[in-house]
Amino acid sequence: MAKRVGMEVSLGVSEAVKVADVDVIAAYPITPQTHIVEHLAELVANGELDAEFIPVESEHSAMSSCVGSSATGARTYTATSSQGLALMHEILYIVPALRLPVVMTVANRALSGPINIWNDHSDIMSERDIGWIQTFAENGQEAFDLSVHAFRVAEDHSVLLPVIVNLDGFTLTHVVEPFEILDKAEVAKYLPPYKPLQRLDPEHPITMGAVGIPEVYTEAKKQYEDALVRSKSVVIQAWKEFGDLFGRYYHPVETYKTEGAETLLLTMGSVSETAMTAIDRMREAGKKVGLVRFRLWRPFPFEEFFEAVKGVKTLAVMDRAMSPGGPCGPVAAEVRAALYDQPTRPKVFSFVAGLGGRDVQVSDFEEIVSRAEKYAEKGAPATYDLIGVREI
Amino acid sequence: MIEIRFHGRGGQGAVTSAELLARAAIDEGKYAQAFPSFGPERRGAPVMSYTRISDRPIKTREKVYHPDIAVVLDPTILKIVDVTDGLKPGGLVIVNTNKSKEALAAETGIKARLAVVDATKIAMESMGLPITNTVMLGAVVKVANLVKAESLIEPLKERFGKIFEKNYTAYKRAFDEVVS
Repeated sequence: MAKRVGMEVSLGVSEAVKVADVDVIAAYPITPQTHIVEHLAELVANGELDAEFIPVESEHSAMSSCVGSSATGARTYTATSSQGLALMHEILYIVPALRLPVVMTVANRALSGPINIWNDHSDIMSERDIGWIQTFAENGQEAFDLSVHAFRVAEDHSVLLPVIVNLDGFTLTHVVEPFEILDKAEVAKYLPPYKPLQRLDPEHPITMGAVGIPEVYTEAKKQYEDALVRSKSVVIQAWKEFGDLFGRYYHPVETYKTEGAETLLLTMGSVSETAMTAIDRMREAGKKVGLVRFRLWRPFPFEEFFEAVKGVKTLAVMDRAMSPGGPCGPVAAEVRAALYDQPTRPKVFSFVAGLGGRDVQVSDFEEIVSRAEKYAEKGAPATYDLIGVREI
Repeated sequence: MIEIRFHGRGGQGAVTSAELLARAAIDEGKYAQAFPSFGPERRGAPVMSYTRISDRPIKTREKVYHPDIAVVLDPTILKIVDVTDGLKPGGLVIVNTNKSKEALAAETGIKARLAVVDATKIAMESMGLPITNTVMLGAVVKVANLVKAESLIEPLKERFGKIFEKNYTAYKRAFDEVVS
């Protein structure tokens, strides 16, 4: 039976991985992902989870082990953060190319330097083009639910692609809060056992990971890009079925108080809840403002996004990462590119905030909206605004 | 919504205090958050942790800047940290000290409402260790009236297992002995 618990969100993710009944976990501990894999190691050690835990010597090995494990047909999970994700980089591209449904939690954290262990999105924004499906959680409930959903989508035979569930390091991973956890029997109704379409099997040898010579490389890329784009319908359908079973519905683009809004804030991850409080306050003060959030980041949810910003004059995009020397924050850049061909579109302004654990406050969102409204009238002075930076 | 800030030193269990209080509130059907002041934990260094408790879903992930209650697990913190920083008007400071409220107010200049309990003494007598997290929870639960006293029993049992009884004894003593 589902039960409401007060639990650290990291442990909630471990519980989701447990009830998803994974076969193999290969992971290397790194702050702030540590509690997730520590707890999974405990669950395996005490017999609550019948899985193989491979304590690897690095994240590069972790992802390599996941490739091997998933290729044999085992349900495979890992988690990492920041420098660990960066160390996986070259293997990350290989996983979707081999069509392996590995599921990974990324506890989002800044990339060094300066050395920083705290939350922002620079780790994952450096991995936009790896070809994985990517979702973002805003709270403990979503971290649990999206983790279960990830396996369901990844292993669907029309998808067979890896999935990353992003959750903010510390500001989400290390928070105790109430959420509902499902038990194994309930999840079994939603997530059938993994049946690989093809797998490495000495009795029936196949080749995985062959060289893609110039004559086939482009076609191979095209095929898995097509699969990634097509996966959106499965992502959506799997969320619908999740909602029908468990009562919580999710969408690729979520909106909050967007009715009649002239200005929208755009956020991703756990700051969205703080942004909602800011929206409430600004609405009370008579401002026509609302909030839009990307829950699905890859594949990019074009149609849902266009629908969400339809008729809006100003869009203030809050990035949690920089693109040094580039035009704006990475999310703002994609949003601008996506909107470019639309017959009508809002003016898009780029704001970067909450870098390396800098607290994001309600007042920051009020500041962003007020600047965006001013820029919409008078033009923006710069490519993007860095919020809260102290003069030095 | 009530916001609580715990002040302690690394290793004294300020994070555990915040978590157990949140767990008790959640078990009562309320909404709560508990989180540490994120960073590399160092034994002995001043640390803070936070709890929010509300009857409605909590839609913010800001740090706590204006607590209703500040809880001081270690009296030596008072010399190096302004525990009343940002305290809401009418806010409450609950201190582990062997001094009276009046003597503490005179010594520290704290003008806010005070509650005192000799948590180190209770911890030493009950557990043989100067770890004051569960002791101070007894004082908080009594004085602040945020959760029922018995709502801490399950979270304490789950956290402390075999040493639950000692912790619960210390918790109950602080509940009875806190002066507000």
